[in-house]
Amino acid sequence: MTVAVEESEKTDPADAVPTAAPAEPVRRPGRALTVAAILLVWLVLFAVLRGKQTLSLAAADLTDLHRWLNDIRDSVGADRNSNPLFLYFFNEIRLVIDNLVTFVQDLISQPSGDRPLPQIGWLGVVGLTGYVSWAVGNWRVALLAVAGFTFFGLQGLWQESMDTLALVLCAVFVALLFAIPLGVLAGLSDRCNRILTPFLDLMQTMPTFVYLAPLTLIFLIGGASATIATVIYAAPPAIRITAHAIRSVPETTVEAADSLGATRRQSLTKVLLPMSRRTVVMGVNQTIMAALAMVTIAALIDAPGLGKTVMQALQSLDVGTAFNAGLAIVVMAIVLDRVTTAASARAEAARRSDGRFTRWRRPLLAAGAVAAVVLVYLSHTYVWAAEFPGEGGAGRTVATTADDVTTWAQDHLSGLTNGFRDVITDGLLNPFQSLLTDSPWWLVAAVLIALGAVLGGWRAGVTTAVCAGLLIGTGLWSDAMTTLASTLVATVLVMLLGVVFGVWMGRSALVDRVLRPSLDAAQVMPPFVYLVPFLALFGATRFTAIVAAVVYAAPVAIKIIADGVRAVPGTTVEAATSAGCTTWQIITKVQLPMSRSALTLATNQGLIYVLSMVVVGGLVGAGALGYDVVAGFSQGQLYGKGLAAGLAIVLLGVMFDRITQAAARRTSA
Amino acid sequence: MARQARQWRAGVSGTAVLTALGLALTACGGAKVGDDTAASGGSGSSGKCGTFNLAVNPWVGYEADAAVVAYVAEHELGCKVTKKDLKEEIAWQGFGTGEVDAVLENWGHDDLKAKYITQQKTAVEAGSTGNKGIIGWYVPPWLAKAHPDITDWKNLDKYADKFKTSESGGKGQLLDGDPSYVTNDEALVKNLKLDFKVVYAGSETALIQAYRKAEKNKEWVIGYFYEPQWFLSEVPLVKVNLPAYKAGCDADAAKVACDYPVYDLDKIVSAGFAKSGSPAYDLVKKFNWTNDDQNTVAKYIAVDKMTPDAAAKKWVEANKDKVDAWIK
Repeated sequence: MTVAVEESEKTDPADAVPTAAPAEPVRRPGRALTVAAILLVWLVLFAVLRGKQTLSLAAADLTDLHRWLNDIRDSVGADRNSNPLFLYFFNEIRLVIDNLVTFVQDLISQPSGDRPLPQIGWLGVVGLTGYVSWAVGNWRVALLAVAGFTFFGLQGLWQESMDTLALVLCAVFVALLFAIPLGVLAGLSDRCNRILTPFLDLMQTMPTFVYLAPLTLIFLIGGASATIATVIYAAPPAIRITAHAIRSVPETTVEAADSLGATRRQSLTKVLLPMSRRTVVMGVNQTIMAALAMVTIAALIDAPGLGKTVMQALQSLDVGTAFNAGLAIVVMAIVLDRVTTAASARAEAARRSDGRFTRWRRPLLAAGAVAAVVLVYLSHTYVWAAEFPGEGGAGRTVATTADDVTTWAQDHLSGLTNGFRDVITDGLLNPFQSLLTDSPWWLVAAVLIALGAVLGGWRAGVTTAVCAGLLIGTGLWSDAMTTLASTLVATVLVMLLGVVFGVWMGRSALVDRVLRPSLDAAQVMPPFVYLVPFLALFGATRFTAIVAAVVYAAPVAIKIIADGVRAVPGTTVEAATSAGCTTWQIITKVQLPMSRSALTLATNQGLIYVLSMVVVGGLVGAGALGYDVVAGFSQGQLYGKGLAAGLAIVLLGVMFDRITQAAARRTSA
Repeated sequence: MARQARQWRAGVSGTAVLTALGLALTACGGAKVGDDTAASGGSGSSGKCGTFNLAVNPWVGYEADAAVVAYVAEHELGCKVTKKDLKEEIAWQGFGTGEVDAVLENWGHDDLKAKYITQQKTAVEAGSTGNKGIIGWYVPPWLAKAHPDITDWKNLDKYADKFKTSESGGKGQLLDGDPSYVTNDEALVKNLKLDFKVVYAGSETALIQAYRKAEKNKEWVIGYFYEPQWFLSEVPLVKVNLPAYKAGCDADAAKVACDYPVYDLDKIVSAGFAKSGSPAYDLVKKFNWTNDDQNTVAKYIAVDKMTPDAAAKKWVEANKDKVDAWIK
């Protein structure tokens, strides 16, 4: 999950102001021809050189780099009790964060001290949530929040949900502590931004499995490590979006402040920050979503909460229980998303609404606060308000229903799905993969660099060359090419879905309203939940991994394309209609060409989301880099190799991000 | 001014109503939190045992071990048990930092033993669990029934064609599972000159699902599996005989051409825990049961969907004599 929101925001204005309306912009036959020529040369050379210099490495083999990384790990582990860096730095950080997590857990999720229950019981949490949602948002989201939180209890997952909430809150708090200042810095200074960007890329594309083991080595097992792992993954969106918000404050406003004699500090606190508040809250929102996405993976290092339930259910292939817990994560994501979104819009809404309500707001807020305090007190004192009543019957219903649906699908669809799998695997994946893995490494590298340069310009070409060189350095070239093949096939499928559903949603507000919630759910539902049914449908194959990646990545592409299509001016579409165009013609000749930059952005995001699923793919038969990463996490002697595989995934991500972004800039220019 | 006063009054009255409501609810009352702590919290004298940090590695068999040991430690010895869900590698790492006291089911892992027991001296062995770990190649029961000769490795090539999949590149597919498994399968295929390719399913979940589906739809699957394992009580997979294991035949990982040894699954505890004099340590040291015992509890958890604690309770109550021997 990477730069999603920021990029779409950045390009939106470009979409909204289409340059040449009906006329198809001049195609650049030169570029298409060059690409075709490159591919042709590749095919010819492949036929001649097949199977030579492929740089393949067997599953158990290591290179010197991998062994060296192992040695580093061992020496860190051996002297962690004497190293001053640990004694005075890492251990202190750990202590602070551990205390924070324990404090919040004592408050809402875990028995604290002599009490058999947390300080605030369910009624208090629900009341506080409702009150806070109402205060920062509006009564509608407050209602949603109360309903959502009550649902956790009905699912029989109250404590697990509160553990997850505690962890997410801590992680988001710590992340924002760093992210906002860093984001402001990056927004004010281009140099800071340039220095930060590669680090942010690394933090977001490096598979989390890779740094779980090192984190437990440094920060030990438990809440602190889980929180820090979550922070690493969740902070970048807030940094990027804050920087973007600061940068998009109109220059004239800042200049006006300057000319009035404002100091740097004043113009920051009085002009820049207040004006970018709304966007910054969106960054907070993205950080919360990213933190929730880490819930299941952090469970691998003993993070408490819903993730643990999902993982444990997975061990005995209990789809129903895993789905029930996954659903709780989805509900929490929806509640937190809607509340923060409402919070970002509230200031404006309040300004627009007439004074009548504002007048009442203060006394009502006070009354609400008192009510919330009463509820908290009750839940602190009485068992009925502290322990969620009932047995979680809704949870059992959800679980059995999920089980029944999966069983039905497995029994009735597996013939169909196997056929589909074989067609895609034999027709698309296998030929493509053998082209990538059986060609000599220098040929593939040359093709990649040439394509990068042609599609993205010489800068992108240089980036590709550097990435390809480093990929060879990781010693995992062949695995990287296997992963690349699956990734590209998955991206093609993502784009197919993206165009079909994106256009449909872009053309009809009703379809949009119906589909959007399921797209949200598909993005937030932990992939571990649907692995078991997918395994039943498609077996342990590369294709299963592709399907899982498509489920995760397609929603982003669909949303971006839908926005792009909707941004095509209505007048243009009307003009085309009155000129006698059929619906099909309008879509293919007007709407799609005019949302071209949305399409490139969707490809970019689709690819990066697919890449972030490589490791999950490794769990269901995709092999290659994903498997290497998981193996590095599970087996001591493969640790270094896993780390190298993680790097290789980052390199693939950076390479494609730079090429597609440069290409997007070119097409929209 | 007047308007402000009205507002103020509204606010106050709202607050008053809510406070009254709150007080009314309070008056209705009900049991207070912490009233029954004496009954629920302190069963027995917990002073001596203290906290017992038990690693739970991610497979159901281990979960069964952990459930029973935790249950006994909690209810018979009055320990406060903290279970930690961790992969092996990370659990062992925790011995040195005092975050993990015991690992209950270790499968070989000579590399970890060398590192943590011999070099860092943070862990010590605590004897066998009594479980025998059997690793090998397995086929679904329907296949062993339909083609009985398939259980001899020499006949595998005859059927290689049937095991072909989209992943195996024209050869038969030998499905391997989780990357944390102990496996020589790639070397075995090569050294036994079989027309097979090892395909990594990537997780135990994927492997079990493959076998479950194969048995249900009569599909051809051969792959890595092991016992004790709860899944065998659902689908009793049949083991394929590889060339018999002889001591030392697996000394060189690249040249292995024999079956896996039978692993004596054992317990590892942190060095500090072993010296602590905690009754939990004695329990871990004496803990010993059979594959059937473990499979029973694992089945309660995985198939009957009981909570680990309830599963442990059921087994402990039915096997008083065994448990008594551990805590004597």
